[in-house]
Amino acid sequence: MHDTILEMRGITKTFPGVKALQDVNLTVRAGEIHAVVGENGAGKSTLMKVLSGVYPHGTYEGTIYFLGKECRFSGIHESERRGIVIIHQELALVPLLSIAENIFLGNEQARLGVIDWNQSRRRAKELLRKVGLDEDPDTLITNIGVGKQQLVEIAKALAKEVKLLILDEPTASLSEKDSDALLHLLTEFREHGIASILISHKLNEVGKVADRITVLRDGRTIETMEKEQISEDRIITSMVGRPLEDRFPTRAPKIGETVFEVRNWVVHHPIHPDRVVIRNVDVNVRRGEVVGIAGLMGSGRTEFAMSVFGRAWGVGISGEVLLHGKPADVSTVGKAVKRGLAYATEDRKTYGLNLIDHIKHNVTAANLKGVSTAGVIDDIRELNIANDYRRQTNIRSSSVYQVTGNLSGGNQQKVVLSKWLFADPDVLILDEPTRGIDVGAKYEIYTIINKLAEQGKAILMISSEMPELLGVCDRIYVMNEGRIVGEMPSNEASQEKIMRMIVRGEAKAGTEEQEIRAAS
Amino acid sequence: MSTQTAGTAPTAAGADAQSAFKQNLREYGLVLALIAIMLFFQWQTGGVLFKPVNLTNLVLQNSYIIIMALGMLLVIVGGHIDLSVGSVSGFVGAVAAVMMVQYKIDPLLTGFCCLVVGGLIGASQGYWIAYMKIPSFIVTLAGMLVFKGLALWLLGGMSVGPFPREFQLLSAGFIPDFIGPITLFGTPLHATTLLIGVVIVAAMLWFALRSRSARESHGYAAEPFGLFVTKNLVISAMILFLIYMMASYKGLPNVLIVMGVLIALFVFVTKRMTIGRRIYAMGGNVKAAALSGIKTERLTFLVFINMGVLAALAGLIFAARLNTATPKAGLGFELDVIAAVFIGGASMAGGVGQVAGAVIGAFIMGVMNNGMSIMGVNIDWQQVIKGLVLLGAVVFDVYNKNKA
Repeated sequence: MHDTILEMRGITKTFPGVKALQDVNLTVRAGEIHAVVGENGAGKSTLMKVLSGVYPHGTYEGTIYFLGKECRFSGIHESERRGIVIIHQELALVPLLSIAENIFLGNEQARLGVIDWNQSRRRAKELLRKVGLDEDPDTLITNIGVGKQQLVEIAKALAKEVKLLILDEPTASLSEKDSDALLHLLTEFREHGIASILISHKLNEVGKVADRITVLRDGRTIETMEKEQISEDRIITSMVGRPLEDRFPTRAPKIGETVFEVRNWVVHHPIHPDRVVIRNVDVNVRRGEVVGIAGLMGSGRTEFAMSVFGRAWGVGISGEVLLHGKPADVSTVGKAVKRGLAYATEDRKTYGLNLIDHIKHNVTAANLKGVSTAGVIDDIRELNIANDYRRQTNIRSSSVYQVTGNLSGGNQQKVVLSKWLFADPDVLILDEPTRGIDVGAKYEIYTIINKLAEQGKAILMISSEMPELLGVCDRIYVMNEGRIVGEMPSNEASQEKIMRMIVRGEAKAGTEEQEIRAAS
Repeated sequence: MSTQTAGTAPTAAGADAQSAFKQNLREYGLVLALIAIMLFFQWQTGGVLFKPVNLTNLVLQNSYIIIMALGMLLVIVGGHIDLSVGSVSGFVGAVAAVMMVQYKIDPLLTGFCCLVVGGLIGASQGYWIAYMKIPSFIVTLAGMLVFKGLALWLLGGMSVGPFPREFQLLSAGFIPDFIGPITLFGTPLHATTLLIGVVIVAAMLWFALRSRSARESHGYAAEPFGLFVTKNLVISAMILFLIYMMASYKGLPNVLIVMGVLIALFVFVTKRMTIGRRIYAMGGNVKAAALSGIKTERLTFLVFINMGVLAALAGLIFAARLNTATPKAGLGFELDVIAAVFIGGASMAGGVGQVAGAVIGAFIMGVMNNGMSIMGVNIDWQQVIKGLVLLGAVVFDVYNKNKA
């Protein structure tokens, strides 16, 4: 049982000026789920790119043995031919092609270049059954949710007769339910002798399914733990190099009067205007308070936040927004910003940053008036402010002239926060502020949130990570199927309690069979 | 342009100056390329290129391209394209001709009306692009056909001219010499031109010094002093050389004054004004810009109105230069204008590009046109060479970006 199928020995990979990997060792046994964890920039993705041939043989030092033979891949097609398939965080599916077409993309069921559609559909159905996806192979990718798309990716891997499946952050954008289904699938594969390498930030799920865990830090292997040695504390200690006593900074809440209130908020889907996405939501946040919204992916939290923030999402919006007790017109983003509202997006690359421009310009983008007189920008003032926020939020970069596209996820998030801090809002809506960023940077983000609350800002925080909500918020709303199904102070809340509320809310809404999909 | 400084950890101030320098590196390169091309043609044409009369012609020949390139830069930085500028400038030239020649309307009033017409054309295209979200490529392709057709219809397929003298002065006129000629080294010189040149250089140096000392007084390292001096000396020398050449011919052409003012205005708008910054933000990521409270739709609309006005101005200048409006006026201008902007370093995807780059890009195309014509290179081969230079410039850009 314990025969090794993959052995990477002494892998060293250097980029100009940086040692990304240094003498890294990784062994994977037949039919095991092997988790690779580490902070962002620890070298996980680089290691996987070496393994899959994205960095061809000769550009790195060290040796790779797969199924007893030494591998010298010159490209990703060679590793795939040997049965190593990597599924990237950003899915590589073509949205306007069907499931079947995507499964066999580059691997078409064809004779002499002519596609055999019957064969394609039949085999696609077979593969879909294996991954537990009940969809017509002719359905377009754009019409199924992210969770199902992930399964299509895996079906695509199975079509290539995979022996070692590499999943890079597969559950980053999945709901808890979809994540569980996916992880369950991996354990099924394990029984059929398919080994997997699982790269993940979510330590609880790693702990659940992994047979062994390898921790990388700063491009080196720190340790490989056997199943019985695995504990969350030990993983975190290895990852950050020091025991992290407290994952959440403490704060003594000083809560004042109600600053922000939304009443009876209703939103319809922009593409299907007859579909109600947000139903009669009431939410309020007080001065100095951090309020969380818990819920599953697709529960309507982002849609709610964006529709409140200048109607940036949805149609047929009704309801009332009150700021400082008075009805406020926040019907455009410009008005919302002017009235003291800010929304830091969950998707910083698409909605948050100008990735081709540098930190300075991004920081001032939402408040150019603050650095200009009569439409003329004061260069020095802008530079001072950008440097100020770079220090305050501890953005790690060579200077404020570094292009934001080159920053790590955590530092990009700090730039987004800086942008909204400089706009000086009274109410700050943070949508998944720590998604995809490492443990150390998360702590820094929480510290910033605490500081803002202490300054008397009202903060509404959306997060899919329940421990984070419990650790940071003063009060938590639970949202499901576009409505608020529960509310509690966080000292009375627990993960189980929140989940129970979601499930109960689901039973209520279940009859309507409404599936809310994010607008594409 | 995107430069990663991984592996080095200079002080923040040092890094500031370093990246500011790197950001401008491309523009320095373009200036050097322009100088190299000019010297090459000076040698190949046996000294004709730098003759005062030819330099003056060079400015006159390219003025309308440069003026449209200013508007096109904003359009392209904003993430769009405008294929209709050639047709629009031809159409506006036709409108001007009909108004002045057939209806005997005062040239000044005609000029004003034509700029308004240009603005309205820009608005009519910008409306579809900004508010109805129709791709600019399609809207302006339609506009290109529509206004080409309208120009033909307006002129009845014939050339209309000549124009009143006042109107011709727009292109053929020179500023009067208020001071009177002075003689230097045996050549009579246009004194007012010289004076203007000296004032411009002095003002430029004063602003450069002032902004440098402002940076330093706030504790930011400016670019190295040697580089600062060299850069400003080279630019001053170039301006003074050009001014001297102009002064030894007929002085500054009126068009050059218009062009100079517009270039200065657009540099200021793009570098220092919030509206300029917003255009870059929009081109870089339109969704992020909108969610930052920038009114992206109105901004797009304004950018196209601006383009329309500039295309109209270019149409007036071109008509004045030929002293007649022909149905063929403006044909293919859009290609030269767009090429100039891309040679100048703008990105097709939007968010990147500089006014100075677009102007130098237009001059590079202009010098090549002029030089090759003097050398007697056939028009067919001129096109081939210009096409290759455009491709080469963009390939060079992309190569540098990937290397960084």
